[in-house]
Amino acid sequence: MGVELASMDMEGYFETADIEFSDSEIVSHVRKALRSVAQGDTDDYNHLIGGLNLTEHLTPDDVGILLSGLKGLAGAVTYIDMVQHEALLSAIFGMSLWNRDYEPDVMDALVDLIIRLATSSGKFVDSSLDMLISNFIPPHYALYGLNQHFWQTKKAQVLDRVHSALKNITDLVPLAPLRLSPIILQRMPHTFAKEAVIVVYVENMLRLESSAIGEFVGSTMLMAVVDRLIDLDVEIGWDDILQDDSSKGIFDMELDGDDSDDELANHSLGANVFAGTLDSLMVLTCEHLNSCADSGRLEKVFQTLLQSFHVTVLNAYKSKFAQFVIFYACSLDPETCGVGFAVMLEEIFLCKTYTYPPLTRMSAVAYLASYLSRAKFLQSSVILSILKSLVDWCLEYCQLQDGAEKIVNPQAHRVFYSACQAIMYVLCFRMRSMWDIPHLKSQIIQFPLESILQHPLDPLKVCLPSIVEEFLRQAKAASLFTASENFLFNNLLETDFSKAYGGMERLDMFFPFDPCLLRKCDRFIRPNFIYWAKIRTTYDDDEDFSSDEDDANEQFGDEIYDGFSDDGMGRSFDDRDLDLDEFENSLNKMSITPKSSLKYNMEGGGFNIPMRMPARIRPSTSPESL
Amino acid sequence: MHFNTLLLDLMELTIWFDEAFEASLTEFSEVFDGVVLAYDVTVRNGNARILPGIHPYFGVNLRAKLLLFSPKPDMLLEGKVVKIGKESIHVIVLAFSSAAIMQEDIREEFRYKIKHGEEVFASRSHKRHVIKVGSTIRFLVKSLDEEILHISGSLIPSHTGSIDWLDKHTEEGSQLERKICRSIKRERETEKGKAELNLGVYSEGAFLNSDHHRSKKSKRRRTEEES
Repeated sequence: MGVELASMDMEGYFETADIEFSDSEIVSHVRKALRSVAQGDTDDYNHLIGGLNLTEHLTPDDVGILLSGLKGLAGAVTYIDMVQHEALLSAIFGMSLWNRDYEPDVMDALVDLIIRLATSSGKFVDSSLDMLISNFIPPHYALYGLNQHFWQTKKAQVLDRVHSALKNITDLVPLAPLRLSPIILQRMPHTFAKEAVIVVYVENMLRLESSAIGEFVGSTMLMAVVDRLIDLDVEIGWDDILQDDSSKGIFDMELDGDDSDDELANHSLGANVFAGTLDSLMVLTCEHLNSCADSGRLEKVFQTLLQSFHVTVLNAYKSKFAQFVIFYACSLDPETCGVGFAVMLEEIFLCKTYTYPPLTRMSAVAYLASYLSRAKFLQSSVILSILKSLVDWCLEYCQLQDGAEKIVNPQAHRVFYSACQAIMYVLCFRMRSMWDIPHLKSQIIQFPLESILQHPLDPLKVCLPSIVEEFLRQAKAASLFTASENFLFNNLLETDFSKAYGGMERLDMFFPFDPCLLRKCDRFIRPNFIYWAKIRTTYDDDEDFSSDEDDANEQFGDEIYDGFSDDGMGRSFDDRDLDLDEFENSLNKMSITPKSSLKYNMEGGGFNIPMRMPARIRPSTSPESL
Repeated sequence: MHFNTLLLDLMELTIWFDEAFEASLTEFSEVFDGVVLAYDVTVRNGNARILPGIHPYFGVNLRAKLLLFSPKPDMLLEGKVVKIGKESIHVIVLAFSSAAIMQEDIREEFRYKIKHGEEVFASRSHKRHVIKVGSTIRFLVKSLDEEILHISGSLIPSHTGSIDWLDKHTEEGSQLERKICRSIKRERETEKGKAELNLGVYSEGAFLNSDHHRSKKSKRRRTEEES
């Protein structure tokens, strides 16, 4: 097994001529070159570095020199000194596997050298790992050619070798993963990096998560990905864009992409960049979760997601999309993950194990309400059981307040009001479907709603008018509860009371699982999501409803209704048949909540249009809602 | 100033100790001059002492038995071979520490060859003395990288090599083995020796600093190794 070298004698084997040397002769020569540096003789050493620095337009001779240099060094790693051979180490760790002139044999030789450096001595572990991680990202000239066959092949060749090398190093240096995690986090592209860069890096992080090394670094990888989702999420500045054109939502602009106004176009472009990147990362993450479910790892990964949600997402202000990752994970395993998420939120709110600050509890109950309302995959019995615990808590709270001053103080009782609003919100979505099932109906009837809602703390006056109004309407129609006084909100979206209890963070308007407006990841969410527009309410007349349902089906053409999962609670569009225009239309309808859809209005008549429900994601873009 | 009654119960204290010691597992602790492999903590009494100037910390007297992994040059270690190449033998010690024995640290008696498709180092003097992947070998410590717990090892001394062979095939080796076993046993007993620690405990759960004594066992062990 020899390598054809270019030299007449071993001293100058980087010169020209064709002589074949054995591997051991090459190793011996490289060792000699390395040793001679200490004696001040750097000629061979410099030749060696020169051979490694050949990066462009490599001739077959260049490749031969490079290959023999790498193989020689691999056999001489113990002779490499961190100080004396700094230039050599710098050249080795600066090499890129993505070099278009590197054939697989050169890549193999380079990776072998890196593995040997990492495993021969503890002092090269960090640099070797860092070099491998730096190869997660292709050079800029390859970045946008990744859809070309050449670069696709190259990508597979490079990344297979990088991940294989990481595994080999871990097999020989068991603590290497402890050093790996901080390097990966440190090299992770920042929020403002190009989409292609972040995407390819996160691809690699998730690949690591599902590899053998994932046992050690997997949770760190997942949590870092979720952190990056949140970072991107909060960068999407809806409010600024809405100020530019309050009649148009951000995603209208993003999807249309034909704005002539330069300033607005630039502004929306900024939003598009973040939204596009976030959307791509969400898709990657959802696909990864799907593969975890297929390989039976979902439960373990979900524990990390829960922890990540608790630490990062729960208290993140303005998080609009990142939470849908956990929503999707729940949908993959409703019985374990789906219920586990709800129970965790419930425990945080009720402070069953630890004490949490009011804002965290309010955020948790907002998540809980939105989740119980929107998750198509949840069993009614689970929803009812959690609702009951919220009702019990509210009742106990009311009883503790008996005898206290009877002045409404939204800020002081904000946790209570958030729970009341959550109960009403969930019932708006679920009351009708539960009402049709006798044993669930009987449990709802037993809820002491009157004691809570008619309490002097007056939650009906403090909670968001739109929710209260919808709830009262449905409760009255079902003969569940009738308010003792008439509330005339006149379609108000909010009141001073609701603002006061929601605080600066506006947790009164926080509906984290309102429809996700990201286009690419919509396919993961949509089949598991309940849209308000498709909700049957208690005041819907059954007969009218069914005839209107037919009308609606006709109007929507390809859209069809799916029966809801376990008890026919709702329906959703069939995503296979929904084209883009309809999708955009549906975006307009679903965001905050169902606007008064023109398609429903056009036909007028019997279809009983549900009122608009508030949401935080896209606070009312239509003038009438303001 | 002493408290007769702690606001904390023993269970909480135990949890804190566990957190503190577990944090040092698989990490080289300069405080203990080694890696804590196992521990057994006993609180000596229920009295705590407020540490002056660093309120709300307070000190609790406790006694801890520690089992330490503290390799030093010229010590003998045992580990499992995970990879063999022409230029090196790679070994894992105690499932977390890596060791590499490079070609120049393998005595000439051993020759690298490929036998039945498997890379091995076989002795020229004793045909049955073979080191291959999966073998447990005894080797000499040359140096330790404390950050990554990577050991540079040597198979130069004649009493190093495959444990299977050393155990079975040389009387000399057997005697030496018994001597080493006794030495290792004594070391282990020493390591399990009680190390009395005075630890300050942070009253909100996270662990703390300590002004414990560096274990005398390292010195003792060194003395034993030298003798």
